[in-house]
Amino acid sequence: MNLFEQQAANRRRTWLVMLAFVAFLLLLGFGFDAFFLSQVGGFVPIGSIVALGVGSISALVSYASGDKAVLLSTGAVPIADLLQSASEADALKLRQLDNVVDEMAIAAGLPKPPVYIVPDPDPNAFATGRGPGRSSIAVTRGLLDTLDREELQGVIGHEMSHIRNLDVRLMTIVAALVGGVALLSDWARRGMWWGGGRSRRRGDGEGGGGIAGVVFFAVWIVAIILAPVLAQLLAMMVSRQREYLADASGAELTRNPIGLAHALEKIDEAVAPTRAINRGSAHLCIADPLGRSLNLKEGSWADAFASHPPMAARIAALRAMAFEKRPATSPP
Amino acid sequence: MPGLVLLVLVILVVVWAIASYNGLVTMRNQVLNGWKQIDVQLKRRHDLIPNLVNTVRGAMDFERDTLTSVMEARAKALTATGPADAAQKEGQLSAALGRLLAVAENYPTLKSNENVKMLQEELASTENKVGFARQFYNDIATRFNTRQQVFPMNLFASGLGFKPAELFEVTNAAEREVPTVDLSRK
Repeated sequence: MNLFEQQAANRRRTWLVMLAFVAFLLLLGFGFDAFFLSQVGGFVPIGSIVALGVGSISALVSYASGDKAVLLSTGAVPIADLLQSASEADALKLRQLDNVVDEMAIAAGLPKPPVYIVPDPDPNAFATGRGPGRSSIAVTRGLLDTLDREELQGVIGHEMSHIRNLDVRLMTIVAALVGGVALLSDWARRGMWWGGGRSRRRGDGEGGGGIAGVVFFAVWIVAIILAPVLAQLLAMMVSRQREYLADASGAELTRNPIGLAHALEKIDEAVAPTRAINRGSAHLCIADPLGRSLNLKEGSWADAFASHPPMAARIAALRAMAFEKRPATSPP
Repeated sequence: MPGLVLLVLVILVVVWAIASYNGLVTMRNQVLNGWKQIDVQLKRRHDLIPNLVNTVRGAMDFERDTLTSVMEARAKALTATGPADAAQKEGQLSAALGRLLAVAENYPTLKSNENVKMLQEELASTENKVGFARQFYNDIATRFNTRQQVFPMNLFASGLGFKPAELFEVTNAAEREVPTVDLSRK
């Protein structure tokens, strides 16, 4: 697949995700109407209209500013803010990161994206946004402290190719929409005992809160059932091929696959999960911030459902690239 | 019916011709822009060098030869005319800068100086930016040339006024040589 095909596929899939999200909410709205209209009567499908409105607006808002939501949820700080109050040694590291991002933007022929630092000691990095000129790159404090310049360049090259082939657009909209549903589901699951207990007590006393209770219950059931399905969907949309591809095109930018291979080795050695990054945006990262065991496995099942390829396979692929690209002794 | 088929064929050919021509124009502009980006990075490097030389001058006063050779190479690079000349003089400047940075390693006060470290980082980054700008230029220039030279475009490209873009090459023989590494001093 060449660059233009990748970009076209990502544009198409972004639309698909947005439509699927609106359709999902509309389904909930239909369900509400079917229940509400049969109980109370009336002809206005309030639920469907509200669901369509809420769904479309949140899909558009996610498209326009999903990157801001992702950055906000990880607590990322713009590098310019950190530079003002940094010590001299720290300023050197930050400046180096900024330079490396600039270099990779030049190598990719793209405008330089703004750089953010996530205050987390575990090494990791992600890119988010809509595409070239409207994206950001964030790295954790741990990554900045662990990697040397060459390795940093490998990681930034990887993220820059996610931006160039529009992976960021798809992954950001998935993070914003599906992450929102996952959040709702987490919240519903936590409120299970409290909500369940209260509605039963109300049911005993009087029937007044009955409809609201049933509606809440239905949304809750649907959300709980759908959350794992959505998580699977999310993993499939952002299949592990994407990471292999970004590794390869990142190495094409730096012309130095070994730099990224070393970086991945160091990231792999740091076993601690990246706490600042939650489940909804895990697929954006260069390495799985949750350290899920499925990502270590090979085979078609893992290929379909895991968000990241096994680190060992990625490193091996990069090393193979380096051996192939060994300079010939004499030009042809 | 044959007339209709002919009409469709003519329309297809016209659409193909317009799309190919516009594609080539777009690529030509990208190639020109890529070339200008190299100049932007070279300009950055020229601006940075006096700063570096001033910062290290105090501690490295007896390395006057190295410092003057850098400033002279910079002055020459500023007056370069044409791509080939520029490539050669920028190559000499790169070599002079490389020597300066290598010699600076011998001065512990310089190595621990944060200002010098920052300037070294800036200089290393500028060298990288020049390199990556050239890499990008060569990549898009190669795509542009390939587009012109594949069949059937090779029949029309020169007639439409498209010329293959010149690739950036290392003209300085010294740059192509494998650097010798001295491991005796640790």
